[in-house]
Amino acid sequence: MENTAPQLFKITFDGIEIEVPPGTTIMQAARQLGPHYAPPAMCYYEPLKGTGGKCRACLVKVTAGSAKDPRPMPKLVPSCITTVQDGMVVENTTNESVLETRRGIVEFLLINHPLDCPVCDQAGECHLQDFAFEHGRVTTRYEEERRTFEKQDIGPYVQLHMTRCILCYRCVFTADQITNKRVHGVMNRGDHAEISTYIEKAIDNDFSGNVIDVCPVGALTDKTYRFKSRVWFSKPVEAHCDCEKCSGNVTLWYRGDEVIRVTARKNEWGEVKEFICNTCRFERKKTSDWTIEGPTKISRHSVIMANKYRADVKKPAFGLKVAEAQYKQIDDSRPYITDGTTIRELSKENNAKANQRSLAENN
Amino acid sequence: MAVKILTEHINVPGINTFDVYRKMGGYAAVEKALKKMTPEEIVEEVKKSGVRGRGGAGFPMGMKWSFLAKPEGVPRYLVCNADESEPGTFKDHFLMREIPHLLIEGMIVSSFALGANKSFIYVRGELMYVIQILEKAIAEAKAAGFLGKNILGSSYDLELVVQPGGGAYICGEETALLESLEGKRGNPRNKPPFPAVKGLYQSPTVVNNVESIANTPWIVNNGGDAYASLGVGRSTGTKLISASGHINKPGVYEIPLGITVEDFIYADEWCGGIRPGHHLKAVIAGGSSVPILPANLILNLANGDKRLMTYESLSDGGFATGTMLGSGGFIAMDETSCVVRNTWTFARFYHHESCGQCSPCREGTGWMDKVLERIEHGKGNMHDIDLLVDVAKKIEGNTICPLGDAAAWPVASAIRHFRDEFEWHVKHPQEATQPGAVYRGAMELV
Repeated sequence: MENTAPQLFKITFDGIEIEVPPGTTIMQAARQLGPHYAPPAMCYYEPLKGTGGKCRACLVKVTAGSAKDPRPMPKLVPSCITTVQDGMVVENTTNESVLETRRGIVEFLLINHPLDCPVCDQAGECHLQDFAFEHGRVTTRYEEERRTFEKQDIGPYVQLHMTRCILCYRCVFTADQITNKRVHGVMNRGDHAEISTYIEKAIDNDFSGNVIDVCPVGALTDKTYRFKSRVWFSKPVEAHCDCEKCSGNVTLWYRGDEVIRVTARKNEWGEVKEFICNTCRFERKKTSDWTIEGPTKISRHSVIMANKYRADVKKPAFGLKVAEAQYKQIDDSRPYITDGTTIRELSKENNAKANQRSLAENN
Repeated sequence: MAVKILTEHINVPGINTFDVYRKMGGYAAVEKALKKMTPEEIVEEVKKSGVRGRGGAGFPMGMKWSFLAKPEGVPRYLVCNADESEPGTFKDHFLMREIPHLLIEGMIVSSFALGANKSFIYVRGELMYVIQILEKAIAEAKAAGFLGKNILGSSYDLELVVQPGGGAYICGEETALLESLEGKRGNPRNKPPFPAVKGLYQSPTVVNNVESIANTPWIVNNGGDAYASLGVGRSTGTKLISASGHINKPGVYEIPLGITVEDFIYADEWCGGIRPGHHLKAVIAGGSSVPILPANLILNLANGDKRLMTYESLSDGGFATGTMLGSGGFIAMDETSCVVRNTWTFARFYHHESCGQCSPCREGTGWMDKVLERIEHGKGNMHDIDLLVDVAKKIEGNTICPLGDAAAWPVASAIRHFRDEFEWHVKHPQEATQPGAVYRGAMELV
């Protein structure tokens, strides 16, 4: 008889064994393994309570429910809200049905998406782009008309593009949990459901701007940043200020010497841990408003990293020394032709030979 | 005559009033339950009876009741799901309209068994006059001392609330119903936790269909064993079937589970056969959500035996050759009905009724609707048919609630069994789009 209950649950995720405390979800366990293993999440947002389970992008196969009851779960389960059991075996990218379903989910999310990435401010930091790039197919099978909505103005700061929305409900949860009076929610149902302020009332409270950061797509964007730049042309910098309303910890997005956008700091999963107030986000757009901490750490593979390093930056001497030490002259005694006329003649000859060869093969 | 449990006194004039209902032996179950039985004994009787949920899923009711968590100091709720909105199903509507006191009696007995002091009947908003009937019945029962404080001197209190819904199909899904009852948007919840643990207002809750609850007075009066002796195998008791379509006598029938489908369609006691001069083409056996079956498969099993009106027999053969009893919305179609148009109608319904919460159902139902509309209007392509099958497959099983499955099954089954008809629509758009045009190619009629 053992008196102590096991402190940690042992689970197998894609063949890798990890130990996590009870109550952890499959998603959180997978995130401990790193971005390469974690299932995609379009609606789940860890800092917001109650999110998850809606987009179905993170569905995984549980091939053994637990050590006590090793039966597989009959359906694919959403990893973001399913808690782990001791001895659970989960298959993510190693299971073909999971990948097939995920291809289907991308397709579903994209059939009514306008695909206006070239003019969308979110492009480059859009979760749907990443998800589609990773799991989607190249062509579409959708021949029908895409659904559209009547345009709505939801205030001076936030631009709503309802056609781009994937109804993750993150902004609804934000409005519910971060701000003290919720004035926006979801109206209608089915594929004509839309995010809306109740009876088109503008969102006016100090934290409404956070809906921009939580939106995984370009449905809610910053009006003060609209069409100003592209993400990969701007340079993110960590900064802070003394703010009486929020923590004041932000990311400034520079283009040249100008701050073109202020956002909250996002972690590697694109999640905001400290929400910021509208004053910080929309009003403080001068370098003198902020204390700069240093460049934001961004994944090397992200498109945001493009254009960040210029060619004239001096490279460290170490590499040159290695190259010099390993330099060997190539031993090549073939005559090199540098005269233009001869090269032209030779290439004509070679072309003729190649043509003859292919003719002979075809015959 | 077969035993009637629910509709025995349905034709007695004035049965919708308390006095007549009481005279016919009504509310005897309340007296017996509150005076002679403990809640545990009633749950035990219901378990013994083997009655299965009549709302569509067919989950054993006694088992559902025994899952109810009973933490100290937390109220428990019983919610009656009267949000009957499935196309083809109209039995609960009929029952509540004709004999409302049966439901009230069932609610009292069931609430007592589950230890609920406040119970709800969630009726769909379109049935406003039924809500008035129920409220009148509740007032009568209260005046007679069967509801309210200290019922029949047993120190058991019960308040019964009738709540109109907003008319959304999705609010018939139990967790969406609970959300709606709490005054929120009717979006289904993620499960687990199940309502038996965290339901209405985060308290343990049982959600049962009207017909399921209406069965409990009889079970209390006659015992679970008597109920279990009716029917076949695990399909015990009787079932209300809403018969509609091209039959001679459409209506609500209470059948003993276990009669053959052939009997049900052709016997004079029930539907009375297909309308004169026509033949049976297809049947949707349990409401719009279940797979459609062609005539030969609905009458006979794959092995040649007669198919019975039971949960097991109707689902025999899986989805390849079977269907489901569902909520008992029996729709018979003769050779004049177009399966493509019918499938499109259902797809349009699910497109309209999807709550829009999870992506496969929100986007997939609309996609299927639009593709089927094109095929029906002569603008389809051959690859659209395979596309529909694939979309249905991607929706099925990947959604939060069963609405996704319910939207996918009719489409997938119609193509499985009537592919020729879809192909005819694609190949002969001119002919297929004529008013009243129906595929007349080779098919098995009965």
